[in-house]
Amino acid sequence: MSDTVTIGWAPVCPLERLEPERGVAALVDGVQVAIFRTDDELFAVDNLDPLSGAYVMSRGIVGSRGGVPTVASPLHKQVYDLRTGLCLDLPGVTLPRYDVRCRDGLVEVRLRQEE
Amino acid sequence: MTGGRLVVVGNGMVGQRFVEALRARDHDRRWQVTVLAEEPRPAYDRVRLSAFFDGVSAEELNLHTPDEGVRLHLGEPVTGIDRDRRVVTTATGEHPYDALVLATGSYPFVPPVAGMDLPGVFVYRTLDDLEAIREHARGRVTGAVIGGGLLGLEAANALRLLGLRTHVVEFAPRLMPVQVDEAGGAMLRRYVEELGVTTHLGVGTTALRPGPTGTVAALDLSDGGTVDADLVVVAAGIRPRDELARAAGLGLGPRGGVLVDGSCRSDDERIWAVGECAAVDGTCHGLVAPGYAMAEVVADRLLGGAATFPGADSATKLKLLGVDVASFGDAHGTTPGCLDVTFTDPVTRSYAKLVLSDDARTLLGGVLVGDATAYPTLRASVGGPLPAPPLTLLAPAGEGGGGVTALPGAAQVCSCNAVTRDDIDAAIAGGACDVPALKACTRAGTSCGSCVPMLKQLLDAAGVQQSTALCEHFDASRQELFDIVRVRGIRTFSQLVAEHGRGRGCDVCKPVVASILASLGTGHVLDGEQASLQDTNDHFLANLQRDGSYSVVPRIPGGEITPDKLIVIGEVARDFQLYTKITGGQRIDLFGARVEQLPQIWRRLVDAGFESGHAYGKALRTVKSCVGETWCRYGVQDSVGLAVALELRYRGLRAPHKLKSAVSGCARECAEARSKDFGIIATDTGWNLYLGGNGGFRPRHADLFATDLTTDELITLIDRFLMFYVRTADRLQRTSAWIEAMDGGLEHLRSVIVDDSLGLCAELDAAMARHVTSYSDEWRDVLDDPERLRRFTSFVNAPEVPDPSITFAVERGQPVPTRGPVAAGAAPPDGAAAPAGAPTRRRQPVVLGLPEVRR
Repeated sequence: MSDTVTIGWAPVCPLERLEPERGVAALVDGVQVAIFRTDDELFAVDNLDPLSGAYVMSRGIVGSRGGVPTVASPLHKQVYDLRTGLCLDLPGVTLPRYDVRCRDGLVEVRLRQEE
Repeated sequence: MTGGRLVVVGNGMVGQRFVEALRARDHDRRWQVTVLAEEPRPAYDRVRLSAFFDGVSAEELNLHTPDEGVRLHLGEPVTGIDRDRRVVTTATGEHPYDALVLATGSYPFVPPVAGMDLPGVFVYRTLDDLEAIREHARGRVTGAVIGGGLLGLEAANALRLLGLRTHVVEFAPRLMPVQVDEAGGAMLRRYVEELGVTTHLGVGTTALRPGPTGTVAALDLSDGGTVDADLVVVAAGIRPRDELARAAGLGLGPRGGVLVDGSCRSDDERIWAVGECAAVDGTCHGLVAPGYAMAEVVADRLLGGAATFPGADSATKLKLLGVDVASFGDAHGTTPGCLDVTFTDPVTRSYAKLVLSDDARTLLGGVLVGDATAYPTLRASVGGPLPAPPLTLLAPAGEGGGGVTALPGAAQVCSCNAVTRDDIDAAIAGGACDVPALKACTRAGTSCGSCVPMLKQLLDAAGVQQSTALCEHFDASRQELFDIVRVRGIRTFSQLVAEHGRGRGCDVCKPVVASILASLGTGHVLDGEQASLQDTNDHFLANLQRDGSYSVVPRIPGGEITPDKLIVIGEVARDFQLYTKITGGQRIDLFGARVEQLPQIWRRLVDAGFESGHAYGKALRTVKSCVGETWCRYGVQDSVGLAVALELRYRGLRAPHKLKSAVSGCARECAEARSKDFGIIATDTGWNLYLGGNGGFRPRHADLFATDLTTDELITLIDRFLMFYVRTADRLQRTSAWIEAMDGGLEHLRSVIVDDSLGLCAELDAAMARHVTSYSDEWRDVLDDPERLRRFTSFVNAPEVPDPSITFAVERGQPVPTRGPVAAGAAPPDGAAAPAGAPTRRRQPVVLGLPEVRR
């Protein structure tokens, strides 16, 4: 979707801008990233719902399945593992993941995808 | 003879069942089946015929499923059988046969009394009869039924529902003389008379007399009395239709009917008879269950089997005029030396009699009037040891009666479909774990349904846990969670999941809890933690569309709108370039808004006096209306006015599923109220209320619940209906499924919200009053609050940037989502595998080369 790949960390917003157990979308170097805040962790995945082709993943409901933190696509409710990006309902479907961290109260994203 | 040309004469319930049974077994298609039917419509459920007067349509009573291997000729009665040439004759031709099955049923017996041919005298047998009765009843005042048996009482109830003052004339000294004994008949009579039906027992009808217009006006009785009646229904018994067999020289039973042996074969080896026209070993059977058994026997025989008629179970259970009546086995105690146990309870107004063998060990039969809860267990125990002491068996529901565990394996659980306890247990062992699964694999409970409670008990007895857990985070059902939240005053999801669940929740339980909290009126749906529980539609108070944009639906109560407000909607749509479409619920949907545009759009709408239409919520959507008596020359009440009032009363009410309503101003029903969760149809004097309808995937007409209500009475019933639904339905269960799943169905609902059998009504009324007074427009509340407004941005780090993925093309002069390679929707983009087994969608072109709409 974008040829630009940011290797460094890009600041996004203060941590308190993220509601617990919910996501937001951010635009990082032209890439739509969905960032989720759970009780004790941050996750970042691509905002594109791979099954519908719409940029909506940040608006999904966050939860858990068997202890695994998850997000459900708001369009057709397929559930994804937030740690790996793997779709738990349909084998072979994956959300690209991005690095995310909180430094000095600021949420930062790094676009390089993990292998 | 196990193949060739098969002709079936008659397409009633048994004829249809026979064809289905044969086709289900005839895997090699050995028989080519032709069905010749007298009536113009295919088989329908004659047992539920009276439901027609409750508003159940002819289509809903239909039992016929098209089968390409069966040629069905409707409206083509057979006029003769030529046994030598092996053909049957109809008005239009001949049909040769290798085997012939007679399923001609019976005809109503009309006593030879003067005046039976007067206009206004009807029998009660076919849908056409019922339509004619309804037509004749219009504008008339009194009605009479000749015959106080099962069918006669059904007819009496029908006349009552049609608004006639109704009399029943029965020759025997009690009602339902075949099924119930004297004491049971007396209890029944009390119920019937309390409903305003006058009974005349132990008297015959000697003549019917016409009035000045030539239609029937009165009955003369054998005791010298007269009964005024503008409409008369004759329900004095049935006689087998054996005239074809008689003319063809086949043997007949001593009291008529085609004489057949235990294999249902006549004295011509190629001719069989099933159902009410058959006299098996000389005896005719007037119930559907023995007819079905005969159908199975002949289907088996025609394919080389050796089945024989197992004998008839004459057990009956019905609800007549709202009274449960059941009779089974040797109900009249004709077995030599038998003993009676009787039980009369004037408080609950129930009567029961059990007939036991002379050693009081074996149940032979019985009669139940008023409370027939014990019927399934008792009927299945006939001929075997008593499953419990008699008084325990007859105790009110829930306190005994559960003798299901003591049932022998051979006992029939479902007599309509001849399913034994062994069959049920085998199905459970084979993996059937709930009632629908049992119905699907055994057919038990699929006809009259009276054994369904027993199927549940058998599942319980087999130790099958019928899980009501909401999801992996809560073991409780939605209803239980609702009570927990309500009673303990829990106000947050985290508290609820910590104390009564586990884990973090998911897309199933979070919206459920959000809905429960909203139903209980705990503040704005986007405040605090509640916001994180909401589905995206509730989260942005708009409807997510396929391209990630949202649509906006302002409330237009009753579909009534001023030109000024209409212009505002048009201006907003124009200024924000929104695709505009009229909805099915008489409002206007504006599509293609990005999240950051939603507050701007709503600022304009709210300033013009609009409020949220809750199109995004599991909540009341619209109350549709026709224009009513204000304008329409047929309208009899102000349907628009009522629709507006109802929509404003119930707006914002969060429920387990969306709720729709409509009000029609007359019986022409232009508002399609019967396809709604609660629909109202105006009458000359008030409102008729229909409950439990819906369109959608499984369309269902609403059932008539109450008639000729004042507006106040109507509101009270709807208040209670909605609040009871909100409290007790399952997640995503629409009102229709909720009522169907209720033990006792619509009657139970009636007992709760009309008779207050659970003592809940005051609480339900108060809850609705709280809802009405605490309503506040969700969108206005968002616009007034910067904190709530903050979430309406596409990107947290670039609030001023619109979402670049949302782009539009123009179709018929309006913006529509671009169907680019990425946003195509149908095919996953690069990098994502297509889900295995997903069907590929093929978009059909819709341009027909016709002239374009002028813009």
